Amino acid sequence: MNVGPATATGSLPTKNSASPPSTATPSVLLEATGLVKHYPKVKAVDGVSLKLYAGTCLGLLGPNGAGKSTTIEMLEGSLPPTAGTLRYRGEPLGDRFRQESGIQFQKTALQEFLTVRETVELFHGLYDHTLPIDEVLRLCALEELEGRDNKKLSGGQLQRLLLAVALVNDPNVLFLDEPTTGLDPQARRAFWELVQGIKARGTTVLLTTHYMDEAYVLCDRIIIMDHGKFIAEGTPRGLIEEHFGEGAAERPGPEGRPHNLEDLFLKLTGRDLRT
Amino acid sequence: MSRNIRRFAPLRRLLALLHARNLEFIRDRRTLGWNLLMPFGIVFAFAFIFSGPEKPLFKVGVLTPSGVTLAQAKAAHLHPLLGTRFVDFYTPDNADAAVRKLSRHQVDLLLDLRSTVSDKPVIADTTATTTVVGPLATSVALAPAHYWVNPDSPKGYLTEQLLRLNDRNAVRNTVSGKAISYVDWVLPGILGLNLMFSSVFGAGYVIVRYRKSGYLRRLRATPLTAFEFLSAQVLSRLLLVMTIATLVFVPLTWIVGLHVAGSGLLLFLLASLGALSLISLGLVVAAYVSSEELAGGLLNLCTWPMMLLSGVWYSLEGSSAWLQRIAQALPLTHLLDGARAIMIDGAGIADVWPHLAILAGMVLVFLGVSAVGFKWRVD
Repeated sequence: MNVGPATATGSLPTKNSASPPSTATPSVLLEATGLVKHYPKVKAVDGVSLKLYAGTCLGLLGPNGAGKSTTIEMLEGSLPPTAGTLRYRGEPLGDRFRQESGIQFQKTALQEFLTVRETVELFHGLYDHTLPIDEVLRLCALEELEGRDNKKLSGGQLQRLLLAVALVNDPNVLFLDEPTTGLDPQARRAFWELVQGIKARGTTVLLTTHYMDEAYVLCDRIIIMDHGKFIAEGTPRGLIEEHFGEGAAERPGPEGRPHNLEDLFLKLTGRDLRT
Repeated sequence: MSRNIRRFAPLRRLLALLHARNLEFIRDRRTLGWNLLMPFGIVFAFAFIFSGPEKPLFKVGVLTPSGVTLAQAKAAHLHPLLGTRFVDFYTPDNADAAVRKLSRHQVDLLLDLRSTVSDKPVIADTTATTTVVGPLATSVALAPAHYWVNPDSPKGYLTEQLLRLNDRNAVRNTVSGKAISYVDWVLPGILGLNLMFSSVFGAGYVIVRYRKSGYLRRLRATPLTAFEFLSAQVLSRLLLVMTIATLVFVPLTWIVGLHVAGSGLLLFLLASLGALSLISLGLVVAAYVSSEELAGGLLNLCTWPMMLLSGVWYSLEGSSAWLQRIAQALPLTHLLDGARAIMIDGAGIADVWPHLAILAGMVLVFLGVSAVGFKWRVD
């Protein structure tokens, strides 16, 4: 596998606008309307709505405690909302959604005494429609590791295995929940390449991340949320220009460099430390 | 000063860890509560089960007249032997089973009082000092008692001498047969105990660990249902425990001469159903609990009563009725009673079907409860 630097080295690369991406009217794959999640003492998510268009990558960004994880868990179908509706291809989330979605949780333990191939085989057996195992291993650059025990994998290798598990059913929609947290820069960039390859296959991706460069490189659209609400939505470049002026993503600003997503993020969510 | 600090550093680190672990333990209230309750429960159970009068020297089965309980027969002085101290009198479920036990020296004497009274009074007994109620209130002595004894049994011999001292008219019947050794009797219990621990803990702990590590949450994101997941766990554990049980059991038949009087296939079927019920019981705990420590406590709560009351080490025959009723609610009791009936008495499917049916019912109930309340993720 080529683990060389991806597109996001040095200054942030220019991206074409992509909201919605194609010329034809894009189909809505997943639609959330008025999602609310209450916990006994906290309103974690306060009436958010979104549309996930087929073939695009949507980034969900927000500081710790913003309600990002709760939102993505509801979108994944693993946490029932207190109120609001979720529809996949116009239908309530059900067996079809489970068959056609792939999820990479931020932290997932796998069975310890299985090898990489055996783990992929296990999940392969849980779906009706699947990719060939060898193709999944190749897509995630795991061919050389297929005989290795799960517990002997490095952080980056484990994330690639979790991605392989999420891809085994050739999903229409892929959820990536902070997939590169804790990885070194080389492993992160290698992971970005994998995601770019998956996007090129036409897979729709919903990504959460704390890395703004990652969101800029991978996402066609981003949503920034805070205090349980969406506070900004658009293309990464479009949002930067909306808040810092036209050409701000390329022209040096007051700090001697172009504005980036992190500047936007801090402007919208503040600089106070979140507890 | 700094040298002293360094000298005590290991102790400081140890105390820091100790403090943190203690806080964790104390704040996990369910586990703490369980750790406090469990010893009380065990001590209380032991004290209750093993308290009472001195252990009797002899065991005598008493076949009482129709509608008459053993207590009524004793109160009415229906037979002089019934007043003898240090003899454990009990009422067998049926005469044939009691005679079989006599032949194996598990009972020292069988006293048959069924023909000693008539329901139709001839002469009212005006000299009776004991107030008798029920059928014996109007009954009268009719015929001598019969008894069965095994001439090969030393304790049978002594019990017969006691009987003859009290009743010279009793009619003697004999049965023959070699004594069943304690090893023959207890081995099914030990094998059952091993099956129980492997089944209950094996299935339960793994699922709690899967849930805690997030693995179950990942599986939940696939089309897998709770029933499919639980069924796979049950079958996997069943395959494992039955393979091990067979590998242990077969050599034992040669090494210690363990004999199976009945069908080996029926024994395997019963053991499989027993293991299934025990695995399902472990799943009931695993379905709801996320803490490994609490799960350990609750699984102990499931296994300890069976270890004490299911007849692993001793028979509960002759113990109080309510204790026996509790024992009948435990899957291991049916597994062991059925296994001993097949192995020792040569019982067939017609004899052990109640045990098979109860175990099958327990499997359905436990699996149903597990599947309905199954939690994929930690709350």
